[in-house]
Amino acid sequence: MSVSLETTPGEIGEAAPGRHRALVHLALVTLGPILAALVLSGLVLLALGVDPLAYYGYVAQRGLFSWLGLQQTLTRMAPLLCLAAALIVAFRAGIWNLGIDGQFLLGAMTSAALAPFLITVLPAGATLLVAAAGAALVGAVWSLLPALLRAYQQVNEIITTLMMTFLGVSFANLLVKLVFLDPGTTVPQTRTLPVADRLPTLFGTTISGGLVLGLVAVVVVHLVMTRTAFGLKLRTVGENPQAAHHAGLDVPLLTVAVFAISAALAGLAGGIEILGVHGNLRADWNPAYGLAVIPLVFLARFNGFAAIVFVFFYSALMIGGESAARRIGVPHYFTLVLVANLLILLALAEYLDHRRRQRAG
Amino acid sequence: MPVRSAPATAPVVELLGVTKRFPGVLAVDRVDLALLPGEVHALLGENGAGKSTLVAMLSGLVEPDAGTVRVEGRERRIGSPRAALQQGISTVFQHVMLVPTLTVLENLVLGMSWWRRPDRAELERRLAAIRSEFGITLDLDQPTGELSLGEQQQIEIVRALLRQSRVLILDEATSMLTPSGADELGALMRRLVKSGLAVVFITHKLDEACRFGDRITVLRLGRKVGELAPEGLAAMDQAAAVDEVVGLMFGDRSIAEARPTRLRKAEGAPILTVRGLTVTGATRLARVDDVSFDLRPGEILGIAGIDGNGQKQLAEALAGQRTVATGSITLDGRDITRDSVAERRRLGLRYLTDDRIGEGAVGGFPVATNTVLKEIGAPPFWSGGIERPGRIASHARELIDRYDVRTPDETTPIGRLSGGNIQKVLLARELSGEARVVVFNKPTYGLDVQNIMASRNRIAAIADASLAVLLISTDLEELLDVADRIAVMAAGRLTGIVANDEGARARIGALMIGRAA
Repeated sequence: MSVSLETTPGEIGEAAPGRHRALVHLALVTLGPILAALVLSGLVLLALGVDPLAYYGYVAQRGLFSWLGLQQTLTRMAPLLCLAAALIVAFRAGIWNLGIDGQFLLGAMTSAALAPFLITVLPAGATLLVAAAGAALVGAVWSLLPALLRAYQQVNEIITTLMMTFLGVSFANLLVKLVFLDPGTTVPQTRTLPVADRLPTLFGTTISGGLVLGLVAVVVVHLVMTRTAFGLKLRTVGENPQAAHHAGLDVPLLTVAVFAISAALAGLAGGIEILGVHGNLRADWNPAYGLAVIPLVFLARFNGFAAIVFVFFYSALMIGGESAARRIGVPHYFTLVLVANLLILLALAEYLDHRRRQRAG
Repeated sequence: MPVRSAPATAPVVELLGVTKRFPGVLAVDRVDLALLPGEVHALLGENGAGKSTLVAMLSGLVEPDAGTVRVEGRERRIGSPRAALQQGISTVFQHVMLVPTLTVLENLVLGMSWWRRPDRAELERRLAAIRSEFGITLDLDQPTGELSLGEQQQIEIVRALLRQSRVLILDEATSMLTPSGADELGALMRRLVKSGLAVVFITHKLDEACRFGDRITVLRLGRKVGELAPEGLAAMDQAAAVDEVVGLMFGDRSIAEARPTRLRKAEGAPILTVRGLTVTGATRLARVDDVSFDLRPGEILGIAGIDGNGQKQLAEALAGQRTVATGSITLDGRDITRDSVAERRRLGLRYLTDDRIGEGAVGGFPVATNTVLKEIGAPPFWSGGIERPGRIASHARELIDRYDVRTPDETTPIGRLSGGNIQKVLLARELSGEARVVVFNKPTYGLDVQNIMASRNRIAAIADASLAVLLISTDLEELLDVADRIAVMAAGRLTGIVANDEGARARIGALMIGRAA
């Protein structure tokens, strides 16, 4: 399922040519689909009467090569990285938590409900801490039902987590409209955390401090999964639950733990987005970041460092795409078309590679 | 015994030296099989003998890795179930493959030309012919799900006849029938072969093979260990035939001859004491019922029996993987009945599973990780929960060296190794540290002859090193080869424990056959 990218010391010197070939091969099956997806999406643009080169150039300019755009890109990375961390934990443990969008939005709702209230009684630091922790906790709680069903009744979590997302998104909206509504505005939204009290920005830029949290989350998750006993236990459960049981691991308990960690990170992503960027939650706001992050995590083959790179480029694409939507008239969800193409071509590359290897071996 | 004609015709289908490997298991090893028209060919063997794999090859579900398939003398590929049907090979699987909500008629025409309306009159005409020749009557308009299993089986047989098959494979066809139903099926098979069909009758029941088969092929551990031709069978009475087949099924003297006798015998007080152990199971056979025994250091206690009589459940209960209903397990004076898997392992109780790939190892993990899979988090391989890859690698290299594991290196995913080498890694894992009692479940299942020998030698050596060994095996020869005492297990109970001395084979064999037939 996953292709490991880790190097172990001592291996590098001895098998340099083999490793070199492996890296070239990996670049080919990763970069190949990316380039092909750009070309294919370019054809779609052509069909719409848009010059693909102009579009891509504009997107790159606005998302990467302008200082303002780059700051926005790096800020957007924060929730995406947290979601990537959530998915890496789950996928490496063999659990398909596809409910991160619901967990994300409920986390966002929790922070948006807590922070504007807490700031009136607590100092800013404590407010942010409690609001973020609350977001993580609510995210985790929202995964409890699928977790228990999977752990003790072997109910397929793909279905239950997806269903919980529908419920979670609607529930968050309901709470915003009925319970946490800001009476001071006409648009249905929660009360707003003042800009000064939000997550601090980095070194005088506009980049949200959430970026640091996101990077830490991904790196810690990567290291825990690859270098610790706990991570190996989770991976064992993921690769072969029967072997895990045979080896004396408490499979149901570990399953619930995976859900809790994964969903808490997804909830935290929502909290970071509110506490760092928006300050409040508008009703019917649902960015559905999870849809885009899932293919990215697959593209990264569940490797945290690779995920950071892909999330960076995807953020640039999103920010650039949003500008391009206003300027060139290509809808902003065209980036999802690009990601969809990428996913299909990635699967195709994996399939062809698998076939080739089978024939060779 | 049925009257047997001696068909001198050429085989319809012939397998020549077919071999099939699955990860870690040599399922079928250079088997020749000739299916002749007008003959019921009984394929007899225990679970895991390779019967199902042979059926899968003939019905197009798997293709052999080596060897050739000939249909009417010409070399053919049977690459899909459709190809098998086109070659005239129909299979009635153990579990009925009909659509329960469709009527009998609809099930019969499934898979025929979809662009044509089924011609009911034509079908009825052909069914009338089948009724007069074979005595099968079907009600075309009844929903299939309302029929008994025997009737459903008849529908499948009729479907094969409508397709004008030349070979009909019946896979464990009597397993869901009553005894009288089985007799009826036997009579039907007789009528079928008289019409020129070649019938393959797969079973693990001795008496049925002898009663219904014109020719009997005995499979054991993926190899064909013998074939009784119609001429030979006709000359014997049923009891003599059963004796002959029992010899083939459970004996393989060629393997055993080389072993030196064991050096040491049981010594001292029992280290493992099991009293009244009961484990509830889903089925009548998959349980453990009031099992008691003692095991001394340096002793090998064998558990014999037909596969699926609670042996795996017993092993798992001992290892702590399965909850014990009543009874007790005592290890060196300490009650471990409720202890966890990890705690029992720490106390020296080790369990080598029969399911090497499915349960024993994580196929995608390196060999090194698999050697410490039962000690995740423990020193010296982890320190404060952080992995120490160097320690794990050197530990693995040492085990690879000591147990002669053939692998490129310790970073190779264990799933790429052969069954014998995976077995060596698992054994190394179970014996590392302070092992005192080792439970083996079918340790040589699916291995080739060399690895079988090596494994048995190692088990004997373990006992010689004063460890206590519980050896569960469906291979009686293996138990007679290395065990000190042998218990027979049937339907979850130990029906007796005998010392492994002169005459043990006869006593145990009789006990086992009594249960098997």
